[in-house]
Amino acid sequence: MQEQFNEIFIRYHEIITLGVYGTSIALILIGLYAVLIKKNLVKIVIGLTIMDAGIHLLFVGIGYIQGGTAPIFSPGYENAADRMVDPVPQALVLTAIIIGFAITAVALSLIIRLYKHHNTAKIDQIKFLKW
Amino acid sequence: MKKVLVIILLITIGYFLVETFVDIPFGENRIGNIDANNNTVAGYYLSNTIEKTKVANVITAIVVNYRGLDTLGEVTVLFLASTGLASILYRRKEEEEDVERLNLPSSRLMRTGIRVLFPTIVLLGIYVFIHGHLTPGGGFQGGTIVATGFLLMLITYKGFNTNHNRMAWIESLAGLSFVGIGIWGLLSGNTFLENSSEVGVLNSLISGGLIPVIYIVVGLKVAVELTGILDILLKIKPKK
Repeated sequence: MQEQFNEIFIRYHEIITLGVYGTSIALILIGLYAVLIKKNLVKIVIGLTIMDAGIHLLFVGIGYIQGGTAPIFSPGYENAADRMVDPVPQALVLTAIIIGFAITAVALSLIIRLYKHHNTAKIDQIKFLKW
Repeated sequence: MKKVLVIILLITIGYFLVETFVDIPFGENRIGNIDANNNTVAGYYLSNTIEKTKVANVITAIVVNYRGLDTLGEVTVLFLASTGLASILYRRKEEEEDVERLNLPSSRLMRTGIRVLFPTIVLLGIYVFIHGHLTPGGGFQGGTIVATGFLLMLITYKGFNTNHNRMAWIESLAGLSFVGIGIWGLLSGNTFLENSSEVGVLNSLISGGLIPVIYIVVGLKVAVELTGILDILLKIKPKK
């Protein structure tokens, strides 16, 4: 069973690599596209969160080890340190998710204020620089 | 024209990103054998966590113990976000009466279901942050789950209101006790946030010294802050 799995894994290794890295890079680019092209401020913030998701996926993907377990020494896994995935990117992503949430919350509150003042959330219709 | 330029830019960025990451083999073991001679960062954490902190979850050990100061900064960022949001969306007392919570009429199914689900969700959240050092999850995740329960209550029941005074008290006390635990490390002759108490037995609820205490405090703080943010963001609809 394990050998069979390894064989399949080697055969599709390139595809999986391309899949994980490709998906995360595609998410980053889609987010960047939304940030650069979209006029609606809410859509720009959605683009930022999509970029966030792509970066997190990239981080966790780099830390993955083939056949690895979660870096938790649960009962029965006390000696499994050799096949645990890298814990450092996961801890970093935990931090990054919280910071991303904080950025989104403050950005949305600013958008609410702008909308109340200008009656529009379109960035090209907000022409006055003062409140 | 602008679209073409942006797509050219994105293709360039994408090409260089792919070219960089295609050289990093996916799923390869870059840590090596976990022993005393391992000099990678991950190897250090994986080999020393059990002996030094007696915490089963290595990520918790990194987030709360090895990089505890980072987590204090992270909690500060979250606190600043919620304060910033509250001050940006600040309303005077007389304006306060003109707004009501965004509230669609909820069905009987929703009202009955949420009444059952709310305590369960809060209990699950509290479980997740109390067991942050044993199972996947921790203060941030558990706090978010608790806030989800409060969000369901806020959007379902018009009469459900959070007690701002009590929330401010919980938030301040949680933040102060995090800093206090850090200073306790200094007072006991070690460094700031040093885990200086007895570490206990691996895989039992009371293990890891101060790590579970810090995560419980973080969980309470995150739960209260997220609930506050949701409460403020839901109260933006002007009363007709």
